[in-house]
Amino acid sequence: MDLSSINPVLLIASVMVSATPILLAAIGELVVEKSGVLNLGVEGMMITGAVVGFAVAVSNTSPGMGFVGAALAGALLSLPFALLTQYLMSNQVATGLGLMMVGLGLSSLIGKPFEGMKAPPFPKVEIPLLSDLPIFGKMLFSHDIMVYFSVALVVAVWAFLKYTRAGLILRAVGEAHDSAHALGYKVRHIRILAILFGGACAGLGGAYLSLVRVPQWTEGMTAGAGWIALAIVVFASWRPGRVAVGAYLFGGVSVLQLNLQAAGADVPVALLSASPYLITILVLVIISARGAHAAPASLGRPFHASR
Amino acid sequence: MKRRTLLTSAALALALGTTAFAQDEEITAGFIYIGPPGDGGWTYEHDQARQKMEAHFDGKVKTIYQENVPESADAERAITQMALTGADIIFTTSFGYMDPTIAVAQKFPDVKFEHATGYKRADNVSTYSARFYEGRAVQGHIAGKMTKTNKIGYIASVPIPEVIRGINSAYIHAKKVNPDVEFSVIWLYTWFDPAKEADAARALIENGADVVLQHTDSTAPQAAAQEAGNVITFGQASDMAEYKPLPRVSSIIDDWAPYYIARTQAVLDGTWESTDTWDGIGAGMVGIGEITDAVPEDVKAEALALKEALASGEYHAFTGPLKKQDGSDWLAEGEVADDGTLAGMDFYVEGLTAEIPN
Repeated sequence: MDLSSINPVLLIASVMVSATPILLAAIGELVVEKSGVLNLGVEGMMITGAVVGFAVAVSNTSPGMGFVGAALAGALLSLPFALLTQYLMSNQVATGLGLMMVGLGLSSLIGKPFEGMKAPPFPKVEIPLLSDLPIFGKMLFSHDIMVYFSVALVVAVWAFLKYTRAGLILRAVGEAHDSAHALGYKVRHIRILAILFGGACAGLGGAYLSLVRVPQWTEGMTAGAGWIALAIVVFASWRPGRVAVGAYLFGGVSVLQLNLQAAGADVPVALLSASPYLITILVLVIISARGAHAAPASLGRPFHASR
Repeated sequence: MKRRTLLTSAALALALGTTAFAQDEEITAGFIYIGPPGDGGWTYEHDQARQKMEAHFDGKVKTIYQENVPESADAERAITQMALTGADIIFTTSFGYMDPTIAVAQKFPDVKFEHATGYKRADNVSTYSARFYEGRAVQGHIAGKMTKTNKIGYIASVPIPEVIRGINSAYIHAKKVNPDVEFSVIWLYTWFDPAKEADAARALIENGADVVLQHTDSTAPQAAAQEAGNVITFGQASDMAEYKPLPRVSSIIDDWAPYYIARTQAVLDGTWESTDTWDGIGAGMVGIGEITDAVPEDVKAEALALKEALASGEYHAFTGPLKKQDGSDWLAEGEVADDGTLAGMDFYVEGLTAEIPN
């Protein structure tokens, strides 16, 4: 087996690109779930972000504007979900699935005129000094800005949840909404803000697919990435750091198996192809076996002040 | 009891209503798609053909379709649903719909079924496919001539005979013009997943390939190759003209419209019979998209000559001497492969290094 054609520098760089969309979507969903809401519509918000981001970027020839547009679109799409589940007390699972379908349908409608168009190039940012480092410079410090942004966002969410008062309130709402309400916190408002944040993050993740990773708009292009993001939140047992580990592990195994195939590795292809999913399941089993679920106690439960 | 009577009469009225409505639309043709019509490739061409067919019959034929139908138990449900809705002829347009199509066909003997790229037929099930491998021969020729690294990447979808034929045909013709050529094949186990397809193209390019052939449905590999630069690709199933002149230097275009029109006409005339159609460049079912100026003049001329020879039947893409991968003899000098072997092809030809997953 000759694996010399695999260049580890390019491999790691590809892993980072491949992991970023699910990382962005997963960190957003983590905040939503920490507030006690289960939004299964990640796929729908991602693909809407993908198409809106692409459309805005193409129309303004500015990928940066595209990402802003995608975040707004994702948040806007999650708004009906927020209103339905928080004010009208609709079932979160059913509403989330509905949101997914609306997103998929809406995106193909919006995307029709943009099929076959090309995304404007998104410049890579070479971090001064660091990008000149041998090996690591090209591997870690010569990416586009969204890769750094996604990592910074994970750190920010971690710090927010762990060290700030607002983060503590958000967690309280997710763990025991009745107690939080009794203390005078506006449970519904907090949850709606969390849902909007999750929508914006999913939108960014989608736009990263259509503007950087693929880069073009194709109907149905997320092809299940939103579901992977949901799985990664569980996989991470609702911890930001582990979300990053999960996303990079999943992205890493996916890209590695493609590279092994390209290099002609003598491993059964079916096994390689299934490996990202197998490893995800394996880790989930290990986490469950250890009994450390750490799911927010009010996750998925509707809240009404009268109860 | 009364309510049931009411329901029955309502259903009857509905049925009558449908019949009355169906008078100007004589028949309904249904289509089952593996991906969305906006994939820019395989499903796009089937959907274009559907629209052309509908336009051709000018109101006499109503078409319906369902997109993104997985090749699983879901397919059987989707096809059954379509038969129940009153479709008279149903085109199931992916290999994996083979068994579901046969199963549903048994339950609806009066509905005609047309399954693309499969090999199981019944009294009311026809099969149709195109000899894409003829187009692959032209691609292989261009690829072999154009590669500088002598590494050609191939994004394969699912290990079925059609895909294996394509790999073999491209390899044989690349090897013929460039004995040093090597093929790296990546199996994705999906027909449509743009992110994965782009990742695969990137992995191949990073491993040194400067030609990427794809047998998946979206244009994502084209976009990835364009970004990488110095890589050539070929449009698959559809022209993918938006990536001209580079990276896309030519393409295989599937043209299903004449077939769909002919088969639907047969249902209208009541002359429909179960058949097996397998047409290539000659019959127009496989088209070769414009070869761009990125290809040197002489290579382009050779490729076009090869296309002509394949179209006229003067040359067959699988002409001996050819050996199988294990070194055993397959075709003697001048012998051409028979359709039976091609239809069930489950082996690589000599020189390909990887193994076919099973």
